[in-house]
Amino acid sequence: MAAVYLDHAATTPIDPAVAEVMQAALRLANPGSPHAAGREASAHVEAARAAVAARVGARADELIWTSGATEADNLAILGTQSLSDPGHLVCARTEHKAVLDPVRQLERAGWRVSWLKPGPDAVVDAAAVLDAVRPDTRLVTVMHVNNETGAVQDIARIGQGLADHPALFHVDAAQSLAWLPIDVTAMGIDLLALSAHKCHGPTGIGALVIRRGRARVRPLLFGGGQERGLRPGTLAAHQILGFAKAVERLDADPSAYERVAALRERLWEGLRKVGGVIRNGHPEMIAPHLLNVTFADVHGESLVFSLPELLLSQGSACTAGGDEASYVLRALGRSDAEARASLRLSLGRGTTAADVEVAIEQICGAVRRLRSVAPLAVETGRVA
Amino acid sequence: MSLYFDHNATTPLDSRVLEAMLPVFDPRYANASSLHRAGRNARDVVERARAQVADLVGAPAQTLIFTTGGTESNNLALRGVMAGQRGKTLLIGATEHPAVLECAQALAREGVAMEQIPVDSQGAHDLDWLSARMGQGDVALVSVMYANNETGVLSELPAIAERVHAGGAWLHCDAVQAAGKHPLAWSDTGADLLSLSSHKLYGPKGVGALLVADPVVLHRQMHGGGQEAGLRGGTENVPAIAGFGVAAQLAREELPARVVALQALRDQLDAGLDALPGAQRFAAQAPRLCNTTQFRLSGFDGESLLMALDQAGCAVSSGSACASGRGEPSHVLLAMGIAPDEAKGAIRVSLGRDNQSADVERLLQELQRLNPMTSRLMRSVAS
Repeated sequence: MAAVYLDHAATTPIDPAVAEVMQAALRLANPGSPHAAGREASAHVEAARAAVAARVGARADELIWTSGATEADNLAILGTQSLSDPGHLVCARTEHKAVLDPVRQLERAGWRVSWLKPGPDAVVDAAAVLDAVRPDTRLVTVMHVNNETGAVQDIARIGQGLADHPALFHVDAAQSLAWLPIDVTAMGIDLLALSAHKCHGPTGIGALVIRRGRARVRPLLFGGGQERGLRPGTLAAHQILGFAKAVERLDADPSAYERVAALRERLWEGLRKVGGVIRNGHPEMIAPHLLNVTFADVHGESLVFSLPELLLSQGSACTAGGDEASYVLRALGRSDAEARASLRLSLGRGTTAADVEVAIEQICGAVRRLRSVAPLAVETGRVA
Repeated sequence: MSLYFDHNATTPLDSRVLEAMLPVFDPRYANASSLHRAGRNARDVVERARAQVADLVGAPAQTLIFTTGGTESNNLALRGVMAGQRGKTLLIGATEHPAVLECAQALAREGVAMEQIPVDSQGAHDLDWLSARMGQGDVALVSVMYANNETGVLSELPAIAERVHAGGAWLHCDAVQAAGKHPLAWSDTGADLLSLSSHKLYGPKGVGALLVADPVVLHRQMHGGGQEAGLRGGTENVPAIAGFGVAAQLAREELPARVVALQALRDQLDAGLDALPGAQRFAAQAPRLCNTTQFRLSGFDGESLLMALDQAGCAVSSGSACASGRGEPSHVLLAMGIAPDEAKGAIRVSLGRDNQSADVERLLQELQRLNPMTSRLMRSVAS
């Protein structure tokens, strides 16, 4: 039996149409070369830039290519703020590591950070974000969709609340591009980080949208002057074209949101029957592809090891392999043991009803088995 | 069909590399940091490629960090080392690629002491200057390229490394242009850090590597996720890494044959240029890469000759693709003491494995046709 892939929040399979575009584009020359072959590559890159920018309501000249969302987040934070000139910033505790790590770097350099906790429903209250903003705040960074819980933030409300404040508003939209409409103008976003491989595009390519007249970015890399000097390095044309194709293909499947959300609800209904299961996150303010659940009285690692046919994770792949329990679930008030007894199930456009039934059967079976073998292994909530 | 003579800007993807990349686009390969089977499949691909790329330069696989390309590798080397060396000096060669030069200049603006090692008219570094400078004991890092991207001049690396190490500093070497075109063993270079790029050796764009020897203390520049032993955060670009691995393996296996073939073509080109009235080759006396010749044609501005050749179906470069369109004379040639007017005439021909002897002949014919000095001669012979 083929394994069921339920880890789309880590990475999504490449759309075959995207792979086809990339294969053809691999022959393209260096888009920085002035000869005909270079100009051809450059024309393709610019068409892709316009397409991806338009998808998020930005102008082509507001978007620069990066190697992914991690680099875009780094550039948005460390490229707009200075280690040597500390100020104040607002950041949610549940941000992705690509945001947390640069923010912590600023904090070590003397920046004051208002760390915001999410509510029990995993959503960081927009009013709390705006309340934390002070006259000297220079940056507010809140992700659109959380990569572990799927919680959707009210970005427009925060952005509109910041409209008359000089602080920059940065949004990591790596998880949301595939599922939710984004409009940097309407939502009042100054800096937006995007990733291709979370929406059936290739790994190794992302983008940072920098709103004209709002944000100024200093480069973190120096070299040949590509991307107006903001992100030098030979442009990987095939990856850029793959990103644009992936974005285009999102619109080719207009029923995906409803379909995947329904599958996710079916998955939840199936799993809750096993009893002693908590759903992490708001049932409505959530992206359609994510379900994060905690099982009581189950040893987390044993649970994952008893599910070899399900490709899933317990949290971010970017922190996998460490001993830490998910800091996102800890921020929701889960204990270490509870956080370890949790599964992040993330569906994709290719997930089928049969996949969901297999997942329900296997997870419920494993939970029952583990509980019967070691019924008192973990007493949820009372284990430090 | 246009003839491509710009392999130092980028090389066409080897079809065998494409073959190796295609399966990795399959969903069986997921996020290389995921712990499940699809993640482990991807991890296996990344680690195999790490060994293949390290093998190209005879390095241990665990010293290799994957990056997005030569620019990031060079930036990571310079910034990553200098971040831990407050108050110390950075030296770079005067003819370095913009990815080293501009990074070093940015560091200088941030307060890092930075100086450039002068070169002679043939592009060779001034070793006496270097010895004397290292003697002051304040240098932490020296960055010298293995082969120049414009002139093809090969640096005297072991001799440079000896002086750098005698002065207690680390040596970074940008080997982006040399790897795959020149026999290159990491241990022979004496470098402590070495930059490589995939798309200069028939691999995909968007991936490169930095080799970091054990004693070097490198501070990460890309934060988040902990990938690449914490030194370079971000989800691994698995298909590109797989392609880089195979491209490196092919380069290693085929290197002797590639060098012989390219050297013959370059010698043919050089001989043709030397017979062309008004043509002047730069760094003509220096040991150079087997595929690179830079020259000027009297009476021509480089950009206009480039465009004329482009219209005639020959893609060449005036220098670095990374600096094209700026209309400024090459800093490489200026550092060699070439007059700005002459430097502005520079044309770079960089040959590759798809070029044939007939292609070089055709390029020479086009140059003859465009050259006012020879075309007048040809007209008078014809009449």
